[in-house]
Amino acid sequence: MNTPHTNTGLAVEASGIVKRYGEVTALDGLDLAVPTGTVLGLLGPNGAGKTTAVSVLTTLISPDSGWARVAGLDVVAEPQRVRSLIGLSGQYAAVDEHLTATENLEMIGCLYGMTRREARKRAEDLIEQFRLTDSAHRPLKTFSGGMRRRIDLAGALLADPPVLFLDEPTTGLDPRSRGELWDAIRNRVADGTTVVLTTQYLEEADQLANEIVVIDHGRAIARGTSQELKRHVGGEHLDVHLARPEDIGRVESIVASVASGAVRIVADEALVSVPVASGVDALSSVLNDLQAANIDVVDIGLRRPTLDDVFMELTGHAAEVEGAS
Amino acid sequence: MSMIRDAATIARRNVIRIRRVPDVMVFVLMQPLMFVLLFAYVFGGSIDIPGGSYREFLIAGIFAQTVVFGATFTASGLAEDVQKGLINRFRSLPMARSAVVAGRTASDVVYNGLSVVIMSLAGLAVGWRIRGSVLDAVVAYLLLLFFSYSFSWVMACLGLVVPTPEVVNNATFIVLFPLTFIANTFVPSDNLPGVLRTMAEWNPVSTLTHAVRVRFGNLPTGTPEPTSWPLQNAMLYSLGWAVLLIVVFAPIATRLYQRTDKR
Repeated sequence: MNTPHTNTGLAVEASGIVKRYGEVTALDGLDLAVPTGTVLGLLGPNGAGKTTAVSVLTTLISPDSGWARVAGLDVVAEPQRVRSLIGLSGQYAAVDEHLTATENLEMIGCLYGMTRREARKRAEDLIEQFRLTDSAHRPLKTFSGGMRRRIDLAGALLADPPVLFLDEPTTGLDPRSRGELWDAIRNRVADGTTVVLTTQYLEEADQLANEIVVIDHGRAIARGTSQELKRHVGGEHLDVHLARPEDIGRVESIVASVASGAVRIVADEALVSVPVASGVDALSSVLNDLQAANIDVVDIGLRRPTLDDVFMELTGHAAEVEGAS
Repeated sequence: MSMIRDAATIARRNVIRIRRVPDVMVFVLMQPLMFVLLFAYVFGGSIDIPGGSYREFLIAGIFAQTVVFGATFTASGLAEDVQKGLINRFRSLPMARSAVVAGRTASDVVYNGLSVVIMSLAGLAVGWRIRGSVLDAVVAYLLLLFFSYSFSWVMACLGLVVPTPEVVNNATFIVLFPLTFIANTFVPSDNLPGVLRTMAEWNPVSTLTHAVRVRFGNLPTGTPEPTSWPLQNAMLYSLGWAVLLIVVFAPIATRLYQRTDKR
């Protein structure tokens, strides 16, 4: 395999990664470049290939073609050295629920090659940092989902690895736990850690990532900062929240006349959203039409585009957030 | 060296689990305990052991069955670790490749040791006694545990390929039930008809049972020497099987571990 010389400024590099499972192409030529000390957000719906990408980068699976380097080391040629430089926190909190928080972390520390004493010391420090000291000696099965995720993240941080891979670290968490995990991640980045983060939450990528790569069907369909991606969608968005979902069809045709892009409908929220070229004109024209058609509106307003809109624009379908659950 | 260290770390974790979840053992031992009662009190009266007591004869068979079924604990434990994502976690760590399975099979010796202790107490309660020397008894127990250890490697392979831990019991039952019954575990194999008798005589569970039975002095004096080669060399034949299982299945289990990927 042809591997070019390492660019020392990059903590993670990948080129042309392809991974097939039988008929399914999970990754279809993915390229990544993550500068040291930054956060890359891999954003995509379920089944887009995010977890497969993380699995390749963390040496769990070998790519069918392409190459990847983490901390300058080829993941296929030197998996063991790569493993000593990374921390992985998976989509499911990979903790032993019958062990206590301290026991779980101590075990991981030992497996990173620390002595038991070092591992225990480090485990206690992290437990304190994550404000779980009171629960340190309780089996994890008594923990809430958010607490388990924190322990799982603490496991990934235990050996102070220079590169962290976080696969949907906050999926299924309540907003408060999510915020706490975000803070913990930001702290590490402030200390110079490089993070590759996958998420279905557009807000999460927006909050944490320096650069975002949007992937769908195993390939990158857009990349840039959150601002750049939003600019790509352009202009403002007009949101119409309806009183009655039955009106969606009629409203869709009304807003179509002012639309500068695809109309998005969120049926359960009775929401019709549309990108518009000139916001104020569109707003007044739509308001008039709605009144004329006698349609009750709960709320109507202009807003700046979100990554949701970016996703819609790029893939033609909405991000299937929590589609599986 | 790091492999032994890592395996010890994994084994330590598994032993903590045995302590935290003792009810697992109660469920697993329910079956052999039922068999002790069933055979000792219900069927036992109809099975004739010339010149001896059936209960005395039975317990070695129960031990063999207990450790063979006990080895399935390895399969369900690993399958659960795969399902919970722990194996992926371990695989992302800079630890020795063979340590997770090696640690698991090692800690399951502790588990099976405890099982055998409990079954020994049950045996004593129904009238079984150790009649041989202390050394012979120690050898018998070690043989049981070593056989169980070797069988754990087979079960490790199973645990790494099944889709869910629940499949383990169904998959093993259809194999282990005949394996432990077409044997001299519950009845003397001499009484079995033609082909079954040959199968029983070459079955390593029979030779394990026989070797243990002899060491514990549970065969009545005057019992004729077995006619088949495996039973005549029960100790050697059982150990041969155990070594063979480890040599064949340990590398397979390590390879399977490396390829495990929960998606």
